[in-house]
Amino acid sequence: MMLSMSGGLAGGLAGGGWVLAPDANPGLDSMQAGERIGGGARMALEGELAAMMAAAQGGDAAAYRALLKACLPVVSAIARAQGVRGEAVDDVVQDTLMTVHRARASYDPARPFLPWLRAITQRRAIDRLRRAGRRPREVHDPLAYEAEADPGPEPGQGLEARDRAAALARAVASLPDGQRQAVEHLGLRELSLDETAVLTGRSKGALKVNLHRALKALRANLMQERR
Amino acid sequence: MADLARHERLVEELAGNLKPVRPLPSPALRAALWLGAALLIGLILASRIDTSGFMLRMGVPDLACAALGAALTAASAAFAAFATSVPGRSKLWALLPLPPLALWIGASGFGCLRDWIAPGTGQPHPEEVAGCFSFLVCVSVPLSVLIVVMLRRACPLRPSLTAALGGLAAAAAAATLLMPFHPHDATAVDLLIHAVAVVGVIGLNGLAGGRLLGRRAGLA
Repeated sequence: MMLSMSGGLAGGLAGGGWVLAPDANPGLDSMQAGERIGGGARMALEGELAAMMAAAQGGDAAAYRALLKACLPVVSAIARAQGVRGEAVDDVVQDTLMTVHRARASYDPARPFLPWLRAITQRRAIDRLRRAGRRPREVHDPLAYEAEADPGPEPGQGLEARDRAAALARAVASLPDGQRQAVEHLGLRELSLDETAVLTGRSKGALKVNLHRALKALRANLMQERR
Repeated sequence: MADLARHERLVEELAGNLKPVRPLPSPALRAALWLGAALLIGLILASRIDTSGFMLRMGVPDLACAALGAALTAASAAFAAFATSVPGRSKLWALLPLPPLALWIGASGFGCLRDWIAPGTGQPHPEEVAGCFSFLVCVSVPLSVLIVVMLRRACPLRPSLTAALGGLAAAAAAATLLMPFHPHDATAVDLLIHAVAVVGVIGLNGLAGGRLLGRRAGLA
């Protein structure tokens, strides 16, 4: 069945001359560079597609569906041959299918179908490339590059954080029990006064006093350590 | 990676909305239809032709050549406009009107030279020049509108080129229709006025028509 076209055939169609340039279509590996599609295959395919398009003009939805599906690899290959890459190829396929639908009356059943499809696809691919060219892009600007803040962690940041955590843990451990509990629950675990009062069995007033004293002691301790 | 599911959805949608369409007639037939409309305008105006003067002027080789060149330019530019509005047709069709255009411009220029060699053989009045200018514009506008409407039914992938060719066809057809009414030989001023009108019509078609056709082809 000629409708289930291989990638190689689609690649041959994209080139226009049925010869795939080595770098023209990296997505189609099945066809070796320079491989030729037979003239007979091309003629048969042309005939099939032209007949399906003529049927579609008459309102045959099944023929139209088969035709559009057969066109998908051809359109992708033509778009890639025009220099469209990545997800933009899919956008060109969508644009092309819609133009084919809108312009289907302009197809003359007496003429070959593929040049008609190729002209539409190439134009849609050029439109897509132009639109991509108008979007703001990254440019070569050394100053902007240097001034850009790096959102990632700085080298040695992890070590420094670990040292600070260890110093704090040492300072907290050296506090009297009441103050240590107040800091651990209220300051580090961020529990409420009520919860801490239940956990420790101390009054809320005592906890506040203990926390105040603990923070004062820690500040003095850590300042001394930094010196 | 190809987004096949998205494509399949679109294919189903398009196939579901399919309505029968009649294939457009060939570019030659559509050009002939448009030229028929131009001829109709000529027939409507035919009662006002100074026949004896027209026959006398057509006896002068350069005037006859200019008329022939303008008529051929109109026909070839109309065909080229319709041919370039169909996807897959060669854009080289756009070169088709150039030889008759060269004949038209060359023969009109020769008329100026004759006037320069033998001056005073028929200087036009300013009213006549203004009349020629308004005739060209008044005939070009409906013909331009008609050709743009007809071109929009196809799928012009190069809308500005197609519209400019349509403008050339309209301006050349208007100039051809002006020939029987032209009360004097071509002079430099006359030619300049014609050139301004023709270039203006082509330019306006290229700009405005290009946008209209581009919107039709989904380019704008």
